[in-house]
Amino acid sequence: MLKKSLIAGLGLGIALATGAAYAADPLKIVYIGKNTGNPYFDSITGGFEDACKELGCEFEFVAPATAEATSQIPFIEAQIQRGVNVIAIAPNSPDAMNQVLDDARSKGILVLAVNGDLVGNEGHRDANILPVDFTKTGPNQVELMGSLIDYKGEIAILSATTEAPDQNTWIAAMKKTLEENPKYKDMKLVATVYGDDQPEKSTTEMEALLSNYPDLVGVIAPTTVGVAAAAQVVQQRGIADTVHVTGLGLPSEMRDFVKDGTVTAFQLWSPYNEGWLAAYFADGVIKGTIKNEVGGTFEVPNLGTITIGDKNVMNTQAELTTFDASNIDDFNF
Amino acid sequence: MSALGTLFRRREAGILVMIVLFCLFVGLQKPQFLTLNQLRIILLLTPLIMIGAMGQMMVLVARHVDLSIGSILGFSAMVSGMLYRFDETAFGFNVPWWTGIPLSVLVGAILGFANGMLVQLFRLPAIIVTLGTMSLYRGLTFIISDAKQIDRQWIPTEIKGLSSTSIFTVPKDFPIAGGFNIPWIVMIAFGVAILTHLFLAHTRIGRQIYAIGSNPVAAPLRGINVARVTVLVFTISGALSGLAGIMYASRWGFVNPSNTGFGFEFQVIAAVVIGGVSINGGVGTVLGTVLGVLLLGCVAAALPLLGIPGTSQAAIYGAVILVALLIDRTVRQQGIVGLKRVRA
Repeated sequence: MLKKSLIAGLGLGIALATGAAYAADPLKIVYIGKNTGNPYFDSITGGFEDACKELGCEFEFVAPATAEATSQIPFIEAQIQRGVNVIAIAPNSPDAMNQVLDDARSKGILVLAVNGDLVGNEGHRDANILPVDFTKTGPNQVELMGSLIDYKGEIAILSATTEAPDQNTWIAAMKKTLEENPKYKDMKLVATVYGDDQPEKSTTEMEALLSNYPDLVGVIAPTTVGVAAAAQVVQQRGIADTVHVTGLGLPSEMRDFVKDGTVTAFQLWSPYNEGWLAAYFADGVIKGTIKNEVGGTFEVPNLGTITIGDKNVMNTQAELTTFDASNIDDFNF
Repeated sequence: MSALGTLFRRREAGILVMIVLFCLFVGLQKPQFLTLNQLRIILLLTPLIMIGAMGQMMVLVARHVDLSIGSILGFSAMVSGMLYRFDETAFGFNVPWWTGIPLSVLVGAILGFANGMLVQLFRLPAIIVTLGTMSLYRGLTFIISDAKQIDRQWIPTEIKGLSSTSIFTVPKDFPIAGGFNIPWIVMIAFGVAILTHLFLAHTRIGRQIYAIGSNPVAAPLRGINVARVTVLVFTISGALSGLAGIMYASRWGFVNPSNTGFGFEFQVIAAVVIGGVSINGGVGTVLGTVLGVLLLGCVAAALPLLGIPGTSQAAIYGAVILVALLIDRTVRQQGIVGLKRVRA
């Protein structure tokens, strides 16, 4: 008994001496999603959970009921109170949370933006983890659309909300690609509409696109709700051979449409790997084995060498993954 | 008096005129709005609201309100969705595809019954009770589902087919209206409306609902079992929300714990009130409610067609509801001639 406490005391002494207070307590990581019940975040959460099993950290996922700009603030405040070591967040707003995130950082909490960034307010988080280099999303989507329609005809974009920062970045890149690359000179973007990531609204917008532009040959929906709604409209109208739907979708939501030929191919990345990388990065930074500096590199199991890029942004993969009938059954998210 | 005169004296006349004027207005800008294909789009926007509106109308006629219908829709759809997802692992076989329909109706009825009991036993205002159960039922949906969505692959093809297939489809190469059909889900909604009309207009309990709403104090003196009728009305509202729940799974092919049914109560109450149902009880018809639902369906389909940006759509949708209510109120008080005064 005495011996045991002696060893424990000794261990504690060493831990304190090396300044690593974490040894007494497992690392507490929380991930704040955009909203609850969003299947996309189940996959990111899975990556965090599996990594924490390896690393011995404690992980929790929380999210507000709705994805409004300010709805995450009370969740951040509660996690500061709870005394977590790491707050990872998929921000619902690029600037609404600046102050509360600064509060968190002043209390020594590591703040990571995961699956979205505080565009223009990067100074209010420590690092950012994105699945791919988002400048590639627009061009990759245009190329996929082009390959489906032989690079000619009228196309439209069905997006999420008008202010969704990621989607707007991608759409701007799509427009630029269509204008500047001569390969796409015969593809004409006729409209960009917004379905607010609601199935009803996305459906009425898609129906209106088909009514207003009878010569439409393709629709790019860079949002999981939108691409599923657009595919459903095409499936119900039985027009898959004239109107090609593609975009960013979840394999679990798109599998049926790919199998019945409504959708030939769509793209995404691995949300799971975002959680996996974020947990390894957080663990390394807090333990001091990873330096959070631009240009720094570190190893993550299964992902290889990760480089910390400009503005402390990290990516889990180089290009988007394309899903079609040949590989869709290999993915379970 | 001519038949036309009788029609215009009815309170439904105002809203019918509004639907016609609105469709003509939109049709002038966008001729494709006045096509059969567009009619199908509009009809497919309305069945869930129509089914919910029939229940809500009875509740309003009885001088109550049910704010929990969206959460009941979500919960009952989730129960059926989970059955479809788990049946093979749990029982070793797939339940028949239609199981979700009676199951969702039953689950909805139970939740509605609970609403009615709370209102009746504790003499609490329905707006407070159902505000509470709205959150309670939504929260329970998260708990039973572990906040996980039921994906498209789990919803039986036949259930999804109710929204795309029909008893009869015009052949695709037919010169007029090629490919046109009215999907099952729309016919189910109209069937519910017809049954509701028969129930309210031609049964004793149906008439008692109006009597309670017109004068809650006098109703028991006339030998009406107010408690029983009140609980029944909430139970029916819940059951119909449950039916709307499985129809949601049919229409959209998934069940999500936070999205499914969210905001449903606002759409339904707006449609019912536009249809001339009084929130003071005792007044309302199925025909008016159906027209109210159709008007909102026309507006929802027209806004994107007119190219109105998403940012302005909510405001315009709300303005249309208010204008419809004002016109309806004027017509009801002064007949169709009242419209002239509004315009002047």
